[in-house]
Amino acid sequence: MSATGDAENTPEDTTSRNARSAPSGGSGQGPGDVEVPVLGPVGMARWAWTQLTKMNTALFLLLLLAVAAVPGSIFPQRIQDPARVSDYIDNNPTLGPWLDRLQLFDVFSSAWFSAIYILLFVSLVGCVLPRAGKHWRAWRAEPPRTPRRLERLPEHRSLTLGGCDSAAAPAPDEVVAEAARLLKRRGYRVAVRETGTAAPSVAAERGMWKEVGNVVFHLALLGVLISVAVGSLFGYKGQKILVEDESFVNTLIGYDSFTPGTNYNPDWLPPFSLRLDDFSSEFYRDTTNPRNYGAPIDFTAEVTIEDAPGAAPRQETLKVNAPVNVDGVKSYLVGNGYAPVIRVTDGNGEVAFEGPVVTIPVDGVYTSNLTLKVPDARPDQLGFTGLLLPTAVTGPDGMPRSGDPGLANPRLILSSYYGDLGLDTGKPQNVYVLDVAPLTELNSMMSDNGAITLDAANPVHELPEGKGTIEFLDVKRYVGLDIVYDPGRTGAFISFVAAFAGLLMSMFISRRRVWVRATTDLDDQGRPATVVEYGLLARGEDPRLRTEAESLGELFTTHWKAIGVRDDAGDRTESAPEKTTDRARRGPTTN
Amino acid sequence: MPVNETLGTWSELFMLLAAMTYLVSFIAFAWDMAPHAKTLHAPGQTGRHTEADRALIGAASAGAGNARPLEATDPRAGLGAGDRGRGYRAAARSVLAEHVADAQMRYTGERRPAARVAVTVMVLGFALHTAAVVTRAIAAARVPWGNMYEFSTTGALVVAGVYLVSLWRRDLRFVGVLVSGLVVIMLTAATIGFPTPVGPLVPALQSWWLVIHVSIAVAASGIFTITFAMAVLQLLQARRERTILAGEAPGMGFLAMVPSSQALENLSFRLNAVGFAFWTFTLAAGAIWAEQAWGRYWGWDVKEVWTFVIWVVYAAYMHARATRGWTGTRSAWLSIAGYLCVIFNFVVVNTVFTGLHSYSGL
Ligand code: HEM
Repeated sequence: MSATGDAENTPEDTTSRNARSAPSGGSGQGPGDVEVPVLGPVGMARWAWTQLTKMNTALFLLLLLAVAAVPGSIFPQRIQDPARVSDYIDNNPTLGPWLDRLQLFDVFSSAWFSAIYILLFVSLVGCVLPRAGKHWRAWRAEPPRTPRRLERLPEHRSLTLGGCDSAAAPAPDEVVAEAARLLKRRGYRVAVRETGTAAPSVAAERGMWKEVGNVVFHLALLGVLISVAVGSLFGYKGQKILVEDESFVNTLIGYDSFTPGTNYNPDWLPPFSLRLDDFSSEFYRDTTNPRNYGAPIDFTAEVTIEDAPGAAPRQETLKVNAPVNVDGVKSYLVGNGYAPVIRVTDGNGEVAFEGPVVTIPVDGVYTSNLTLKVPDARPDQLGFTGLLLPTAVTGPDGMPRSGDPGLANPRLILSSYYGDLGLDTGKPQNVYVLDVAPLTELNSMMSDNGAITLDAANPVHELPEGKGTIEFLDVKRYVGLDIVYDPGRTGAFISFVAAFAGLLMSMFISRRRVWVRATTDLDDQGRPATVVEYGLLARGEDPRLRTEAESLGELFTTHWKAIGVRDDAGDRTESAPEKTTDRARRGPTTN
Repeated sequence: MPVNETLGTWSELFMLLAAMTYLVSFIAFAWDMAPHAKTLHAPGQTGRHTEADRALIGAASAGAGNARPLEATDPRAGLGAGDRGRGYRAAARSVLAEHVADAQMRYTGERRPAARVAVTVMVLGFALHTAAVVTRAIAAARVPWGNMYEFSTTGALVVAGVYLVSLWRRDLRFVGVLVSGLVVIMLTAATIGFPTPVGPLVPALQSWWLVIHVSIAVAASGIFTITFAMAVLQLLQARRERTILAGEAPGMGFLAMVPSSQALENLSFRLNAVGFAFWTFTLAAGAIWAEQAWGRYWGWDVKEVWTFVIWVVYAAYMHARATRGWTGTRSAWLSIAGYLCVIFNFVVVNTVFTGLHSYSGL
């Protein structure tokens, strides 16, 4: 490999320096001990670039990235749960705003986190592209020149050919040509050198794909990053709660909440519709195993989809790990619960509300919170809060509770209020929370007349003071859907596959060089013999270099068996003084 | 999905027996190490390792005696020139060669009865452990990694299995104390810390991705457990080597059974590379699964944050090997830091933080 001026950041260069500084333990050589040249702006920029694209810097930025990600797991994050963030700030009035200013609730979109990964990726490109270029040139050039002293290589062997049945020693040129052929068949690229001289040689190299793998891996990481960016620019995410027999139309007003990507235009929403035909759930009911009793086993939603208005409807099944896909827009089953159907008749005898009310399950047996606001009731607006018990049983304390997540004995236990619900002020309200402070109580658990209890046996309740009646008609199921469009998804997947393939290539392909040289010598009986000497050098980690040396020995021995082969074992250590190995290793690497 | 309670009880019994068997194996491993803590203090003593190394080379010629063992214990000679280890000078290596085990980690034929007992008992423990995990899987009629109890017990099985299989090829009995000790800790933590009766899987976990994602994660954690043990030994050995080179009497004599810090580093680098590939796969498989279950492949959920942190730390470790000034002790510390993150991700993130990955079964 030719080391040029910009070799600053290449690992082989690092290695050699590393080896030279061996005994000191390499300490005290951090990025800090680089001399800052006194240069103009261009020089400074070049210097900064050199620093940024160093392995040391990459390592430092990687560790910094790991550390910077940690607060994202300690503090609540807005991308996950904005409500928890506001709670946190409310509960920590001094610390909270400061943390917010430091973007600790938005770690992964914060300026400092972005700065780290952007620098890292700039460094990556600045490091990997020159490497790729160098590798490209190396691949087109011939394998490097044969080192003068093969015995200095980490693996070195020598064989003496000829002499069997007084066979003549083969000519060195021939031997080298044969060796080149054998190596080529073994997957090496070869270059025969110095033919016609007394010591011709062949240089061989294999494992060029290792470096390709490394480059592919790093660039594919960049691909992942770009795909994520595409997704957050041109994607969107929305949520919708859908009760059985209701339809959702994919338009902006169809959503309960909608979060477009930075550059997404809601006009682009594909106009499909999705209807929930049926929802069923299955629970674990083995009473011998009380700990797992009532654990969910299966949720299945049957839906009907129309890809566009008027298109032929098609039936699909939606499950927890199996979303439905319409034109790349995927709908996921992320929640479910009960929606009791309630009719409220107001004090004037008019039906002021009739329909399913979405309740929120709070435990494993689907004890569910219900909130119902009836702004259309006259003369006074009405509000209800309470619980739905899907299978009402009486607990040991005499209190009603739910004994099972299924719908065996549904019961509503409600408090009722009248007064101004405050919905006309234009201030957005949470539909699942009723502020009872400005209202007047009619019934409650605490009041003398007790809470309203509605079930199959007792479906109607007359409100006190002639304020109206409430009826419990039915219970329907609902599902919570996440509806997501992410145009970066495919790109991210392809990039990942490329990264993984590159990683495996780079980690498990061995890059090796072999040089074989043939010379004529006299054997111990004074007859001419051909000495084949070969040495191996690995680039990168290669635990099997010695095995390869032995395999080559076997290969050569078998090949020349007919004319006689003698293994000159032993010579490899005696003539290789230990302390020169480091330099020898560097020799062929940097010439 | 029927759950077989009786079989579940059997599984727990097997698990208990396995833990006790491993404990015996741990004691035997410690016993094996203990005598060496005394015998190898004497300076100038020609250790049996030199003898062994000579035998290894197979060249009985005298005379060259000094250079040969050196060659064999030279980790680079064995592992290829590309090793980026920092290494010592030849002279230092020849001094150290007397005090550490063979870098090739091959069996030397030396009699170590306690170690032999330890390995045999560990194989027995492994058999019981396998029975425990398999009966649990049959009892629950699904893969045995659906909650923390099962991750720990199955993870410990992977650790023990990987270790025993590698003993086939290499004499890694020197990490036996640490490996068997960690396995005992994992089983104890599972039984006392996260006891969970056999049960079915919640819908979110009913996916092929559970099989793929979690099994690879458990395997990666198993590998990281072993490299963690090796990194700890590497640090101890490096300290001891410095003491020896300074001409002082080295403490911790049991380390004479352990290869040089350089050899440990080279081996744990190779294992960590495999572990890193597994972890990369875990991360991506998790992302694909999350995409199917939750509609986004990455959302910085607490578990995802820590999976990412671990991945980045081990990526840094991979870089460290190629970076001047970061090999040796520092890279061992990175390996340890990575493992601490793995433990944190498993224990603290699963039990303390709330997130989408709330499947601890607690
Ligand atoms: C997103 C950040 C990065 C990650 C996750 C990452 C990860 C890795 C991993 C896992 C390896 C070892 C596997 C392999 O050989 O392919 C590696 C090798 C390498 N990385 Fe990175 N890397 C990152 C950024 C960088 C940067 C910024 C540079 C340059 C300054 C760089 C230069 C290298 C080089 C030269 C190697 C090969 C080392 C060798 O030959 O052993 N990487 N990287």
